[in-house]
Amino acid sequence: MPLEFKLNPSAQRKNTIDFLKAGLYKVSPLGYYGEFGGAFIPEMLYPNVEELAEKYLDIIQDDGFQKEFQSLLHDYVGRPTPLYPAKRLSEKYKAHIYLKREDLNHTGAHKINNTVGQILLAKRLGKTRIIAETGAGQHGVATATVCALMNLPCVVYMGEVDMQRQAPNVARMRMLGAEVRPAMSGSKTLKDATNEAIRDWINNPSDTHYIIGSVVGPYPYPDMVARFQSVISEEMRKQLIEKEGNELPDYVIACVGGGSNAAGSFYHFLNNDEVKLIAVEAAGEGVASGHTAATTVVGKIGIIHGSKTMLMQTEDGQIEEAYSISAGLDYPGVGPLHAHLFKTGRAQYLNATDEEALQAALELTRLEGIIPALESAHALAKLKDIAFKPDDVVVVCLSGRGDKDMETYIKRLEI
Amino acid sequence: MNRINHLFQQKGKDILNIYYTAGFPQLNDTLTILENLQQSGADMVEIGIPFSDSLADGPVIQESNQQALKNGMSLHLLFHQLKDFRNVIHIPVILMGSLNPVLQFGMENFLIACKNTGVDGVILPDLPVSEYENNYRQIFESAGVHCIFLITPETSEERLQKIDDLSTGFIYAVSSSSTTGKEKDIQKQSAYFQRLGNEKLKNPVLVGFGIKDKNTFEAACQYTNGAVIGTAFIKALQAAGDIENNIHQFVNGII
Repeated sequence: MPLEFKLNPSAQRKNTIDFLKAGLYKVSPLGYYGEFGGAFIPEMLYPNVEELAEKYLDIIQDDGFQKEFQSLLHDYVGRPTPLYPAKRLSEKYKAHIYLKREDLNHTGAHKINNTVGQILLAKRLGKTRIIAETGAGQHGVATATVCALMNLPCVVYMGEVDMQRQAPNVARMRMLGAEVRPAMSGSKTLKDATNEAIRDWINNPSDTHYIIGSVVGPYPYPDMVARFQSVISEEMRKQLIEKEGNELPDYVIACVGGGSNAAGSFYHFLNNDEVKLIAVEAAGEGVASGHTAATTVVGKIGIIHGSKTMLMQTEDGQIEEAYSISAGLDYPGVGPLHAHLFKTGRAQYLNATDEEALQAALELTRLEGIIPALESAHALAKLKDIAFKPDDVVVVCLSGRGDKDMETYIKRLEI
Repeated sequence: MNRINHLFQQKGKDILNIYYTAGFPQLNDTLTILENLQQSGADMVEIGIPFSDSLADGPVIQESNQQALKNGMSLHLLFHQLKDFRNVIHIPVILMGSLNPVLQFGMENFLIACKNTGVDGVILPDLPVSEYENNYRQIFESAGVHCIFLITPETSEERLQKIDDLSTGFIYAVSSSSTTGKEKDIQKQSAYFQRLGNEKLKNPVLVGFGIKDKNTFEAACQYTNGAVIGTAFIKALQAAGDIENNIHQFVNGII
């Protein structure tokens, strides 16, 4: 049944002075979004994280950094990515639907926006070794890519189970010169790969920079990654003026695992209350099935990977395994910005099952000739559930392409 | 007086503090191990609260955590196991673990349970000093339970002074930046222990991470008040043979 969206009272206020509203969603000096965030790290990581927190804003706001970052995004990544008016999709759902084509980035997803930014930052910090975690392998590939570009040694931690599920991306990382180390602990998936990367950083504090792939982890990572990904919504605004004569859409829809493409897609609209922000989590086999990654539905507040946020956990505070058909969404937490947007009602958190995502992927392929990543298909899957008005302008972040998911599509869609 | 303060007042030097994971190797070994450690001459004991995703631990302690969780260990059960332990145990006992299980239990409830059972101190490596100061200091103090902080060779002088000011039991010095159970260069560590010895801190210092035998224990004790052994003891618990014998043999090999 179609949903009507009601914004909560704090989001309905009009005529508020802009800087006051900015305070609602901007990170605090101690790294908090409302009650979420912070840096819950062992003392061994303190000097590294403190150095990053002290320097990251100065570095990324520096003119020289911005010049190098922007020119790499333009010439190497292939930005700006198109804002494509999806004609047949629009006809079907009776609204003006646009796809933000992050799938057309170099390496096939939005992940590279962040890795380009972080590798330039790592160089300015004088770091000579890069580590990263990866789930589906997209962030690992994006990290291995910029390490090859900058000639820095790269170690990527990947759950042993994920290495088997995503063998082509393991091969890509190795071809790019990265060492892929299996994370053998715990459930041997993304959360364990993240644990292993953090442990590596504890053991190699002086020469190593850890490129986190999402808006998760201790402050300043959630804010830093959101800033690097904010290029997505910055471009949306400019492109919407050209196409619709108004830089503000009615809806922005994006999928959420840790939440980096959604954070980037929402970023420049956070203070525009009239823009409805829709985040779509992976319901897996259903939110009540016990096989899900819908953190805002089944999670509670707690600490994961150095951040206070919503996470899936047992009564006893043990972190639970997340499940989704999409290896990029099966993270048992969300970034602290998302926990805050959820709590305040500024964004609405929906979820899509494996089956809905598969059908949405097939539909986009047949209507528009675009094979989306399974992650992005979760966002597309909610078009059917929202009661659009015919004039509504809707932007869906197509965060990645579906090449990596062909095996799953072949098997599950019986192609 | 808190048993930790009493111990440092009475003995002060060569303090042997042993870490083990609650509910490991068997669910109900928690008390047996504690009793045997006391009998064999350990001065203090740290009981680990198992966690699925402990960031600061190397593979040996991680696996002991996983096994304990598989055995059915939880924080509620741990307090149940410790209900009457003060009838037999007189040495200081500390609980160590990641913050999340404690937050789910409720920090206040946790400290009340510590106080009621007779736990003397708590080590939560991922609880930042600033969070403690702003949100939790008062409830620790009113429960009379010490919050013990970690320092490393990279901890700045200014921060060290702040931690010394906030500490009430002892300071836990990690011998070099690493996860638990890493092999370390004892020469380099000695230089750090010496530096700590010259700091004139108001709190006693115990060294941990990388202490595994008589040799490394004595090196740590030369300039500080003692040391903590974890990974090497977990390995001893896993060794073939009778667990009680293994414990006595291990401790006798150190002191």
